[in-house]
Amino acid sequence: MRPRLKIEKRLVTSRRVMLLASVLSIALALLAIALVFWEYGVDPFYAYSEIFVGSFGSIFGLSDTIAKAIPLMLCGVGLAVAFKALVWNIGAEGQLLMGAIAATGIALYVFPDAPAWVVIPSMFVAGFLSGALWGLVPSVLKAKLRANEVITTLMMNYIASNLVNYLVYGPWKGLKEWGFPYTDKFPSSAWLPILPIGTGRVHYPTLVLAVTLAVLTYGLIMRTKLGYEIRVTGENPDAARYAGMSYFRTVVLVMLISGGLAGLAGVGEVAGNPSHHRLRYPQGISPGYGFIAIIVAWLGRLHPLAIVLSSLLFGGLLVGGDAIQVSLGLPFAAIGIFNGVILFFVLGAELLMRYKVTFEWRREG
Amino acid sequence: MLSAMGKKMMKISSLTRRWHKVNKTRHGLNETAKGGEVVIRMEGIVKRFPDVVANDHIDFEVKAGEVHALLGENGAGKTTLMNILYGIYRLDEGKIYVRGEGAEIKSPRDAIDLGMGMVHQHFMLVHSHTVAENIALGFSSSKFLFPVREVEKGVAELSQRYGLRIDSKAKVWQLSIGEQQRVEIIKALYRGAQVLILDEPTSVLTPGETRDLFNTLRRIAMEGRSIIFITHKLDEAMEISDRITVLRHGKVVATVRASETNKRELAKMMVGREVLFHLEKKPIKRGEVVLEVKNLHALNDKGLPAIKGISLTVSQGEILGIAGVAGNGQRELVEAITGLRKATEGKVLILGQDRTNCSPKAVIEMKVAHIPEERIRMGLVPNMSIAENLILKNYRDPPFSNKLFLNLTVIDQKTENLISEYNILTPSKKTQAKLLSGGNIQRLILARELSEKPCLIVAAHPTYGLDVGATEYIRTLLLKQRKEGAAVLLVSEDLEEIMSLSDRIAVMFEGRFMGIVPAESAEVEEIGLMMAGAKRMTDITEGSR
Amino acid sequence: MSLEAFIVSLLYDAIRAGTPLLLGTLGEIYAERSGVLNLGVEGMMIMGAVTGFGLTLATGNVWLGLLCAAIISGIVALIHAFMSITLRANQVVSGLALTMFGLGMSGLLGKAYVGIPLPCPLRSVSIPVLSTIPALGPFLFQHDQMVYLSIALVPLLWLTLFKTRVGINIRSVGENPATADALGVNVYRVRYFCVLLGGVLAGLGGAYLSVAYRPAWTEGMTAGIGWIVIALTIFAMWSPGRALIGAYLFGGVQALQYRLQPPPPVGLGISPNILAMLPYALAIIVLLAGTQETIRKRMGAPSALGVPYVRGEK
Repeated sequence: MRPRLKIEKRLVTSRRVMLLASVLSIALALLAIALVFWEYGVDPFYAYSEIFVGSFGSIFGLSDTIAKAIPLMLCGVGLAVAFKALVWNIGAEGQLLMGAIAATGIALYVFPDAPAWVVIPSMFVAGFLSGALWGLVPSVLKAKLRANEVITTLMMNYIASNLVNYLVYGPWKGLKEWGFPYTDKFPSSAWLPILPIGTGRVHYPTLVLAVTLAVLTYGLIMRTKLGYEIRVTGENPDAARYAGMSYFRTVVLVMLISGGLAGLAGVGEVAGNPSHHRLRYPQGISPGYGFIAIIVAWLGRLHPLAIVLSSLLFGGLLVGGDAIQVSLGLPFAAIGIFNGVILFFVLGAELLMRYKVTFEWRREG
Repeated sequence: MLSAMGKKMMKISSLTRRWHKVNKTRHGLNETAKGGEVVIRMEGIVKRFPDVVANDHIDFEVKAGEVHALLGENGAGKTTLMNILYGIYRLDEGKIYVRGEGAEIKSPRDAIDLGMGMVHQHFMLVHSHTVAENIALGFSSSKFLFPVREVEKGVAELSQRYGLRIDSKAKVWQLSIGEQQRVEIIKALYRGAQVLILDEPTSVLTPGETRDLFNTLRRIAMEGRSIIFITHKLDEAMEISDRITVLRHGKVVATVRASETNKRELAKMMVGREVLFHLEKKPIKRGEVVLEVKNLHALNDKGLPAIKGISLTVSQGEILGIAGVAGNGQRELVEAITGLRKATEGKVLILGQDRTNCSPKAVIEMKVAHIPEERIRMGLVPNMSIAENLILKNYRDPPFSNKLFLNLTVIDQKTENLISEYNILTPSKKTQAKLLSGGNIQRLILARELSEKPCLIVAAHPTYGLDVGATEYIRTLLLKQRKEGAAVLLVSEDLEEIMSLSDRIAVMFEGRFMGIVPAESAEVEEIGLMMAGAKRMTDITEGSR
Repeated sequence: MSLEAFIVSLLYDAIRAGTPLLLGTLGEIYAERSGVLNLGVEGMMIMGAVTGFGLTLATGNVWLGLLCAAIISGIVALIHAFMSITLRANQVVSGLALTMFGLGMSGLLGKAYVGIPLPCPLRSVSIPVLSTIPALGPFLFQHDQMVYLSIALVPLLWLTLFKTRVGINIRSVGENPATADALGVNVYRVRYFCVLLGGVLAGLGGAYLSVAYRPAWTEGMTAGIGWIVIALTIFAMWSPGRALIGAYLFGGVQALQYRLQPPPPVGLGISPNILAMLPYALAIIVLLAGTQETIRKRMGAPSALGVPYVRGEK
């Protein structure tokens, strides 16, 4: 008698299974990371309690968590739209940076003396357009030339990152910054207003935008004709074509939205984050929000409202992770381990949702 | 660096070990069984899938030197049973005996080692590879380096012995369907198959090619090998087989000698009731021309000409049937008409308006219904609900949507109406389309396509793979649309279907029409010859109207 | 510097810089030919780089370091193989997860190695006689063993893929796994093997960076060449021969980068950040060119690429 693993495709996945699988995946991921902590001689309980109390237990932590959740929310919702159409936008990071560049340009060079009610909306518009255009290029290449968008968007990330470096070390180098890779500080008219709570990092216009856009995006996907086209294109591109839907139009629109939302996140990071208010070297603007947003989107099962929640979760993890990193002396890159492991388990959860795994005892003759 | 080489070494030695093992087994089965000896026995086979019991305690046996037909309608469980025998599926209950010894068949490799070979309904060939490469695939006794040369020699020998002509250096995608089938048969024979399983082999052949196939099969059986012939066609089962086992709903109805039964009896066993062989079709006065195709040319996916100057008309109240073996350009023709494929030359006119090379959307707007050949790949979004599938074509139009938004209440109502009108069996409107059975999927597609009173219906293989009940329903539906004034372009490999439904029949061969004949005066012989390209009518200028 | 000397040194550097790309691409070609998309190359390469460096530093033996790199990245590849083949997970996400993990893990492991010079890197050898040939000699015959190995792998892997039974099996598994399965080929085993090979070669490519090309360790030192490998695989039309051309082309661009950077008259004084964009822009162009040619010749990616195989799944 031998046990055999039988993997059967599930016919229907109930909501209960989905929720269970998602929760289980996070739990297992945290367990795996706990092992890593233990390896490094850190008490995992201490570490996790630090993270959770730190991020969610106090008003200070909570405000930081929300601040970090804002770009994740924006990028995540945008990615959900793209992924729903099976457009693998891995370029949110670059689109975010392009939004940041656009905002910097507006703040420092286009409207340096304008009042806030001119500058701020202009930054958001410019940031959206900038990110959208950055996403447009790979989308056209995909729709017209069938170029693999995973590669093109990724490559555009590196190009954007180098562009930022070029600007902050070169033409946009801050005159008052003594060789640091920063631009000058934005004029105060370009500073996004902050909620006066906790550490005072929550730039609420972007927050409002993020939540509003999440709701609007949900409506878009589920209630509009375009949303229907996006879903059909993602589920069965052949049927979409048969139904007369234009693949080109769908792919391009989806990337414009996705890139634009990421661009907005970039605006928030340079104009909203009080420790910034300037353009800096890429990692100083985003510790990989564009990539973490992929996990956020997946964990939220590509549902904009769930993404709002998962971005808060990850915001908290990032805040806690920062604290741990400092106290343990871990290098910046260690966050990648977290991300990778969590994404892995989320992927595993998705499998549990798709397949039913049972053990069978078979008589082997 | 060393590990890469090391891994390669290990793989080579394990393959060599396997070669020896297979050779030993092969010698054991090389002796031909004495005529009449039971070669394969399947006892009490049960196979369950999530939604159905495909095989329900089936007993089946095959003797040496016999041609044994496995007869049943689509969905009866014939292919499932053979897939179990060939190791593609694992049985849930039951035992298999090969030459009297219990056999554990866990994979096709085991089946091949036991001397079985299978020619599947959808050929299992790698299209971009050559014939020789396809035959060499997975053949552990072949040489490691340059195996293709040895295979080519073996193929030449076999093809001479059985009269199956094939060029082993040709790439599979360049071959005709009939030739591809020959490759499949040679593939099995090359591995020394003593039991040859063929799954619906004649569905892709002209009547003439079918005769050739039967001759080859008889030759193979005379050598003492066994042949299992899966089919849903009564005539063929009667013609070629020694014994026939009839399956219905996963159970064995009976095993009879072909010489001791007749068509009516078999049909009754297959379906469980008396079957109508004729449909009510009254002659109808034809109306205006709805679809006109002039000298259409188009390429296939490989960039080669698929249709070479097709001209036809279809009028209101008329069914034009396109007969022909698959792969002669029918798919490309349908796609060119519905805007899914570019035409390189010629014109497509719908209701007098030029719709050549228009987007599918423009064609849909002309009220053209398209019942696609590949239902699930093209005509359905499997993960979406029935309601969402029903609006696939008309979601843009009021009242289903206004400027931006979908009108969910209207969609809901329409879905309910269509479900009851077309008898779609489903737990609810929200059920995912992929959970429906084949017949219900087609009902869904028909409901969607036909409910908006189309002026032109392009139906490609609408009853393929469906059971008798669904088939009757669909054919009745098409005739009803014809009565109500729609123009129908029907493409089908089922000659019987074409002949019973069409007003006129066009026979397609290698991208051209060999002839367009009125259905009443058409004869199977003549059509068969045209399908094989052996006869061509001189006056096909849209004549015989 | 004379023009001839400039070209020779450029070609020399091109070959060296292209070697990691060549190794990675050869591996990815096999993985993709068997139908598995491996987007974890970047992660596998950098894990190879850090472990190769670490073990070389610890043992003083660069070959042990390379072996270690191969083993570690092979393990990472096996994880991807398990997820993609046995569990039939989404191959894009699995690869991404592994890359994130690999980048992070390597940063953690490599913290101790930053700024430490390697006392025993892989040095170039001069092939007697051949290296004295004027013009050709200096840039072709004075490389290290890994370069020669990678070049030797090209005809070997090409021959295996196209002219042996194993190669037929691999290619068939990638084109039509159901067919291969029906003929008794163990689809899962073939795919595992190819993904493993892909990981091993990627790891070696990454290790080459840290123990031979630089040699040194910095966080994130692969800088995206794992992704360029994916683009190159398409450009190579999944054939080892063309991989060679593509890899050295990129190597050349990278070598050119360094030469254009300094201000004139030595270079062109272009900002290093702008120059750094070149390989990525080139990767996009290369991807487009490869994709177009694929469409034109109607000979594209293995048909089953990225699709998990399940026997008999409806």
